Amino acid sequence: MADRIALKVARYRPEQDSEVTFQEYEVPCRKEWVVLDGLNYIKDYVDGTLSYRWSCRMGICGSCGMTVNGEPKLTCATFLTDYGSGPVRIEPLRNFPILRDLVVEIGDFLRKLTRVKPWIVRQDEKPLADGEYLQTPQELDEYKQFSMCINCMLCYAACPIYGLDPKFIGPAAIALAQRYNLDSRDEGARERHAVLSEHQGIWGCTFVGECTKVCPKNVDPAGAIQRYKLSTAVEALQSFFLPWGGR
Amino acid sequence: MSELYTEYHPRWLRTRVSTYWWLGRRSYFAFIARELSSVFVAWFVVYLLRLIRAVAQGPSAYERFLEWSAQPAILLLNVVTFVFVVFHAITWFNLAPQAIVAHFRGKRLPGTLITAANYAAWAVTSVLVAWLLLRA
Repeated sequence: MADRIALKVARYRPEQDSEVTFQEYEVPCRKEWVVLDGLNYIKDYVDGTLSYRWSCRMGICGSCGMTVNGEPKLTCATFLTDYGSGPVRIEPLRNFPILRDLVVEIGDFLRKLTRVKPWIVRQDEKPLADGEYLQTPQELDEYKQFSMCINCMLCYAACPIYGLDPKFIGPAAIALAQRYNLDSRDEGARERHAVLSEHQGIWGCTFVGECTKVCPKNVDPAGAIQRYKLSTAVEALQSFFLPWGGR
Repeated sequence: MSELYTEYHPRWLRTRVSTYWWLGRRSYFAFIARELSSVFVAWFVVYLLRLIRAVAQGPSAYERFLEWSAQPAILLLNVVTFVFVVFHAITWFNLAPQAIVAHFRGKRLPGTLITAANYAAWAVTSVLVAWLLLRA
């Protein structure tokens, strides 16, 4: 194992650059070091002007997503030693506008996320004195997988549909909508349906499936979208053939 | 996407997606190949409808249809179509567990079972069709 590795890091300084340029740095390559450790080493010892986002270092906060050798990755979970002698190319997440160096603008995703109401919606709240809304382990299992999403946006970076049409509501927002739709305590499916059934909602997805492949939490957003398409189609057929039936 | 402009974010850099985005990654290429080959699936549907029409019009129309189908060009097109229809069927069945979630006695059935059920239904239908055609 080489004791040093080259990192080719994308730079964009809005005051002076009109496009992305690459700067090469050499950092120690230790067995336990992830790409983020390499970036932190650059920031601390080599070049303090480099900008990037990070926080928890353990795959929970979802802020250190970047493109590593062309793949959307959480840099805190991507080991330098997996790239041999390098160089490792580090770029900002694709499909988002770049603010500076490796930092992207995520306002679009956050606005979309709020639109699908990712919280428990109740038509009428029961009084506090009545206690919690209870749930069985089976009911928990129905949505647990989708609740693992950490909003890291790797799925948006991997989704060519979002890249081509930024109006598409996107994988994580739909997966999180499903997380609440499938929750036995929630009653907001109708409200979310209005957003999800738009042309830019679930029907924008053509099932490329890359969102699921890059997800560091095994959320399977592509599965969430197809499940929602199926249940919406079945519901539409039911209301067409059985208009008198309860929906 | 709203175009916010603040003094702290003076110039966002927006990179355009290249027209050839699907060439850069194997999975993207496979996706586009699947999308484009849908043309052959559409042709298969048209061919089937024409076959049904010929059958409905009587023995002579059916004979003419068979003759037309035996042309090398149509035969070649149908062989290619067959390959792509099988490709679509297999990829479709493999994706099925992501869209279908089935429960049995309160437990979620594994995805492999959903795929297996799809293949089994395909096999049963094929055997049935073969039996109908070959029993004569």
